[in-house]
Amino acid sequence: MNEIVEKKVWWQDAPAIKEFEVKAPWIAEKHQAGQFVVLKVSENGERIPLTVSDKDVKKGTINILFQEVGATTMTLGRLSKGDKILDLTGPLGKPTHIEKFGTVVCIGGGIGVAPVHPIAQAFKAAGNKVISILGARTKGILIYEERMRKTSDEVRITTDDGSYGRHGFVTDELKAMIESGMKIDLVVTIGPAIMMKMVCKVTEPYKIHTYASLNTIMLDGTGMCGACRVTVGGKTKFVCVDGPEFDGHQVNFDEMMARLRQYLDEEKLAREICQKNTCGVR
Amino acid sequence: MAEEKKEKKPKIPKIPRQPMPEQDPHERARNFNEVTCGFTGELSDNEALRCIQCKKPLCIDGCPVSINIPAFIKKVAEGDILGAAKVIKESNLLPAICGRVCPQEDQCEMLCVVGKKDKPVAIGRLERYVADYEAVHGKFEMPEMSPKTGKKVAIVGSGPAGLACAGDLIKWGHTVTIFEALHKAGGVLVYGIPEFRLPKAIVERELDYLKKIGVEFRLDHVIGRIRTVDELMQKDGYNVVFLANGAGLPQFMNIPGENLNGVYSANEFLTRSNLMKAYKFPEYDTPIKRFKNVAVIGGGNTAMDAVRTALRLGADNAYIIYRRSMAEMPARKEEIEHAGHEGVKFIMLTAPVRVIGNEKGWVTGLECIKMQLGEPDDSGRRRPVPIKESEFVVNLDAIIVAIGTNANPLVAQTTPGLDLNKWGYIVVDDEKTCRTSKKGIFAGGDIVTGAATVILAMGAGRSAAKYIDEYLKTL
Repeated sequence: MNEIVEKKVWWQDAPAIKEFEVKAPWIAEKHQAGQFVVLKVSENGERIPLTVSDKDVKKGTINILFQEVGATTMTLGRLSKGDKILDLTGPLGKPTHIEKFGTVVCIGGGIGVAPVHPIAQAFKAAGNKVISILGARTKGILIYEERMRKTSDEVRITTDDGSYGRHGFVTDELKAMIESGMKIDLVVTIGPAIMMKMVCKVTEPYKIHTYASLNTIMLDGTGMCGACRVTVGGKTKFVCVDGPEFDGHQVNFDEMMARLRQYLDEEKLAREICQKNTCGVR
Repeated sequence: MAEEKKEKKPKIPKIPRQPMPEQDPHERARNFNEVTCGFTGELSDNEALRCIQCKKPLCIDGCPVSINIPAFIKKVAEGDILGAAKVIKESNLLPAICGRVCPQEDQCEMLCVVGKKDKPVAIGRLERYVADYEAVHGKFEMPEMSPKTGKKVAIVGSGPAGLACAGDLIKWGHTVTIFEALHKAGGVLVYGIPEFRLPKAIVERELDYLKKIGVEFRLDHVIGRIRTVDELMQKDGYNVVFLANGAGLPQFMNIPGENLNGVYSANEFLTRSNLMKAYKFPEYDTPIKRFKNVAVIGGGNTAMDAVRTALRLGADNAYIIYRRSMAEMPARKEEIEHAGHEGVKFIMLTAPVRVIGNEKGWVTGLECIKMQLGEPDDSGRRRPVPIKESEFVVNLDAIIVAIGTNANPLVAQTTPGLDLNKWGYIVVDDEKTCRTSKKGIFAGGDIVTGAATVILAMGAGRSAAKYIDEYLKTL
């Protein structure tokens, strides 16, 4: 269990982007689109949530994709094919509410494209027309393009530097689509908090229902601690058990972003220690 | 009867109740080592002699797991500490833990006959002494095991209820698997109760014992997600599921500003520190902030654990804010006293109104209102009533909310046919049988009673084991 059967390096430069295919038959069997796992890499490690980006029930594997932005993801990235992830818990969170809405636009920004993938798959399987917008800083770090093309009726790409697709942000593409008169029944967005906030700002005036999958700080991921709490529609919700998906127009993104910055100093220190030695991996 | 009449009035012992050696309050307020050091051999000898070996001991009635208290104390008095350990272990699998965290003053020691004229025999301290002695000097002995029955029991949750239940069922020949959601077994014993009150090495020792006698632990398994209760029975072939998943959902106060940075549930604060060892950051990866001015809202044992943890993390001012008075605080007296000696400040008859924050989203203070005690409420305690226009602000950089927990709905939501009460706790036909509305499913501990104590949960676990065993015999 928890053995890494495949390792793929999507982007080598810091912060690197890597993907593991992990043996976890029980999780693979039960996982549904939108759910996540919590993992811990070493005895002294912390618990972090990662969304499952793909799975193979027959092989009993799940895929997780991550960017090495902190001590834990860096430690994780040092694992090789054949290694085991010390602790892996899941599937956690509520699955995405899937039904036939009509046209569903799936927006993934940065490594947020990976968690959008199973959701796009599920909407496609439910008979929706799926249009995906994938955003990246630059062409080289765009991930999952091929997989998203397989599961979408149409894929649109934006890059911040214009090296591929539209020069601009995912919101520019979304705005253009809406303004062109395209009928959109649902938008799903996963990516950096600021991006999700902007996507929701774009869809709100048009009353296009928008799911945002939130990536807050978590500890246990089972509803026990409330570290992940956000305000949705004026009420406190736990992302781990009430989410991770919420009506994006009801989410207080500013509060969420402030909460995400809680441990910046500590994260920096841990990262520095990690860069100096082989933190965690014994 | 005739014999009883002849029994003389209990003789009042000459030896006073032996004091528990402790770390110096100032020193311990800055470290995570255990506060109390445990009896020495001499102290335990003296204390054991204080027991008058009542013919009709009342202390046993006060013990939720009915330890034969006079019998074990007699062994201590005779110098046979390992023998004493054997007596305790007949009824209590986790004596090193219970000796530390049981509220003995409300249980065995409250009924102790010696206590009527003098201070009661320090039963808890003796229990701890015996358990700790055994850990060092005893050898692992396989308990008497019944032949294998071929019946399988799944236990959900590895806290005190689950562990106690597992300990009995495995001895009676059943196959027992404990499913634990977290990466470490022990439940509240590892995530909730701090190191300075219950060293984790002790919990580890008790867990090891269960592993050695054949209990299987499956960590990182959130039942309700990776498997439902029905699947455990239908797919994995468990004949019985015992739900002992605790009351893990933290309550917040529902006041403005509660989601500001620096407001924590006690569960989060304690889980970071205890389970994740964040007090050792950056040696451990999970961070925790070392706040200077911290208030804990609430008056229970969890509140005391949180405030004393904040102190050890370096707080200059650590407050307890409680809406009633000292007398109504539900925490153990000993814990309140320990907290006071260490420098915790108590702001009584005060309720939070609003959390005040700065432009960066961090807590800067708490607006409170003064309370006075009115008529008694349902719990029999006098109801606190706000005093008009008595608002004041406490300057703080962190607020820890310790006002109780609710049932975690994960198992209930995914188990059709399981009856719950209006608070979401699982309904059982009575607290002895632990039978739920669903055949083959039993429940015990906090998930039935709401947040209670370690020993009550253990009592429920053992009681459930008895009725589970009976049920398995009918299959």
